Amino acid sequence: MSAVCQIAPTVDGRHLRGIPLRAGRRTPISLDVTENEPMDLSFTDAQDEFRSRARAWLAAHAPAPGALPSLDTAAGFEAHRAWEQTMYADRWSVVSWPEEFGGQGVGILEWLIFEEEYWRAQAPLRVSQNGIFLLAPTIFEFGTDAQQRRFLPPMASAEEIWCQGWSEPDAGSDLAGIRSRAVRAPGDDGWLLTGQKTWASRGAFAEWCFGLFRTDPEAERHRGLTYFLIEMRAPGVTVRPIPQIDGETGFAELFFEEVFVPDSQVLGEVGKGWNVAMATAGSERGLSLRSPARYTEAAGRLVDLYAERLAVDPIRTARNADAVAQAWMDAESYRLNTYWTATRVVTGGTVGPEASANKIHWSETDLAIHRAALGLLGTGAEQTEGNQWLDGYLFALAGPIYAGTNEIQRNVVAERMLGLPRS
Amino acid sequence: MRFAFTDQQLEFRNALRPVLDKECTTSDLRSAFAAPAPRSDRWNTLAEMGIVGLTVPEEHGGLGMGLLDLVLLLEEAGRAGLPEPLLETTALAAPLLGATAGSRSGTWLDQIAAGDVTAAVAPVDPAAGPAVAGADGADLLVVHTVTPSGRPELHAVPASAATTTPVASLDPTRRLATVHWDPSPATLLASGEEAHVLLADLADRAAVGSAALLLGLADRMIVLAAEYARERHQFGKPIGSFQAVKHLLAGAQVRLEFARPAVYAAAWSLDGGEPDRSRAASLAKASASDAATEAARVSLQVHGAIGYTWECDLQLFLKRAWALAEAWGSAADHRQRILLSLLDER
Repeated sequence: MSAVCQIAPTVDGRHLRGIPLRAGRRTPISLDVTENEPMDLSFTDAQDEFRSRARAWLAAHAPAPGALPSLDTAAGFEAHRAWEQTMYADRWSVVSWPEEFGGQGVGILEWLIFEEEYWRAQAPLRVSQNGIFLLAPTIFEFGTDAQQRRFLPPMASAEEIWCQGWSEPDAGSDLAGIRSRAVRAPGDDGWLLTGQKTWASRGAFAEWCFGLFRTDPEAERHRGLTYFLIEMRAPGVTVRPIPQIDGETGFAELFFEEVFVPDSQVLGEVGKGWNVAMATAGSERGLSLRSPARYTEAAGRLVDLYAERLAVDPIRTARNADAVAQAWMDAESYRLNTYWTATRVVTGGTVGPEASANKIHWSETDLAIHRAALGLLGTGAEQTEGNQWLDGYLFALAGPIYAGTNEIQRNVVAERMLGLPRS
Repeated sequence: MRFAFTDQQLEFRNALRPVLDKECTTSDLRSAFAAPAPRSDRWNTLAEMGIVGLTVPEEHGGLGMGLLDLVLLLEEAGRAGLPEPLLETTALAAPLLGATAGSRSGTWLDQIAAGDVTAAVAPVDPAAGPAVAGADGADLLVVHTVTPSGRPELHAVPASAATTTPVASLDPTRRLATVHWDPSPATLLASGEEAHVLLADLADRAAVGSAALLLGLADRMIVLAAEYARERHQFGKPIGSFQAVKHLLAGAQVRLEFARPAVYAAAWSLDGGEPDRSRAASLAKASASDAATEAARVSLQVHGAIGYTWECDLQLFLKRAWALAEAWGSAADHRQRILLSLLDER
């Protein structure tokens, strides 16, 4: 989790395939969608074939559901890394990336298809998610060629796993208020970073961290920030894991004491870190972090659970009918909205403040699904043994908080979609 | 996979919007509230644009298009609060007549495309009462019955052959009426299995068509409230700068954003006869009903006392939204239909 937030992402969704798109420019990156063909919600033969390949590979290789220990434990982290490496070996870890960086070079729609198959197989959570889904699109958009060659392949192979260093103890929703700072190093070949970051998801075990630091203390809040790529084992970095609500160390506090970071590890321009960060935030809220398959798959299992409980306890179960149907609907409308948005992006459109509406919807959908499931389980809901619904519920509870609280997102929707004045 | 409208579909929508801005103003709506009528100069304009006959086959003077071509136009009609029966006539009656053979259907279709006839369609959901929207003043009544032997029958009854008794609605432009008519071979459109299939299709089309109207209504109500929140000052600031107000409207907007693709996808499903089209239609109607109901609630709240007055234009849209949210199956009805279909599929 990471508590990234604050206002309006301005560059969301321009980079969904790992290929940087410029805002407003019509970039024909997908061959399977031509403007002005009639609407068609079915998949092409090539897409069906891609789906079959993904399904077959996952059937042959994915661990059984729940087989790996939690990725928020040391052993689980390594088990999840090994799974990422298995995927990488056959080019399934980052399908939408260009082949030179370890992907298959497919489009957004194929990525969504892969995700559907991934969740259908109930394959493990992605320990690389902060890197491959959030940082990578930002590196594709803002990184130099050298940075892309240096950082993307080991990210795809999970040799290097990334955490996020944005929030600080006094800068959560008000991200632009961060105080951690960077000053020029004596050799003038890099920066010395000092300060404290918190809620860094995967921070307890990750090799690398991407984060925002203040490089110009005189500048106005949103200016004077710079986006750094930091090696966690660099001298001066201290990690203090924080047990989460489930007792496991899913995130950490990070302390930086004059940590040297070379100039080659500045992403984007010095002083322009806010813009770079908003691209990452756009990915976090928009299309790339939470694919709809995650929810449609869970909603399908919710209906199964309803049917099972209906056979055992029909009267009590039927009282949950509306909640179950609504949760399924929320997931399905998220799926449709994602394809709607993806089509817009592949035909040259952009995603603006809709990313904030999206984040509100997926986080609330996750909660709706899991609340409905716990409602069906009744007094069994509190039991932890083998109770995936409870794990999922605890995970879902974080959704309205991370990636910018839903209250911040509602401000964005009100101000940028409805034109209401800033507070 | 291409989930987008064609340029042609978008251009049609863009052509309709300024026409309704001009010919369907809120003062026009007030006139319609005072003297509800099924046809008007506005209806003639829509007929001339080809919109009224959009779904009428070309051989009967229409454009021979589908629900997917109509759905954005219905959304515009909702946004404008169009009082005329575009849903009933163009989205429901015309496709049904087009699907039934016979010269009688053909004559009705000719007249619909020419703008000379408006239709009312009896509700098909089991929870519906006896009142038929638009029946007061309609030229054509599409009604159904079950014979003593249990066969469903669909009839196209000219108004002259039926007795309609008006039923007052909160929104007078709904023109509710009960309809009494005697089934006769002269009015029979379809019976038995054919009627059953047509009625099922009608239920789906009505759900999606009314959902499209509700999208437009929800959008209009949110826009009205946002405009008001920018202008109305309290504590020395526009009330729209307060988070409590922002969050109400943002919540409604998010619902609307996610209802929209569901409605468009359902129109595509129905046109293509997709196997899960009925569930898609239910998703559309349940989502749009909830989105519009929420938009109505928060818009009234943001307007405050002025929103509760007859003078405020908001009421013109609130009442239509409340009525349509329940018509053709409420959100709860459609949620139930969705769950049953999911359970059936297992």
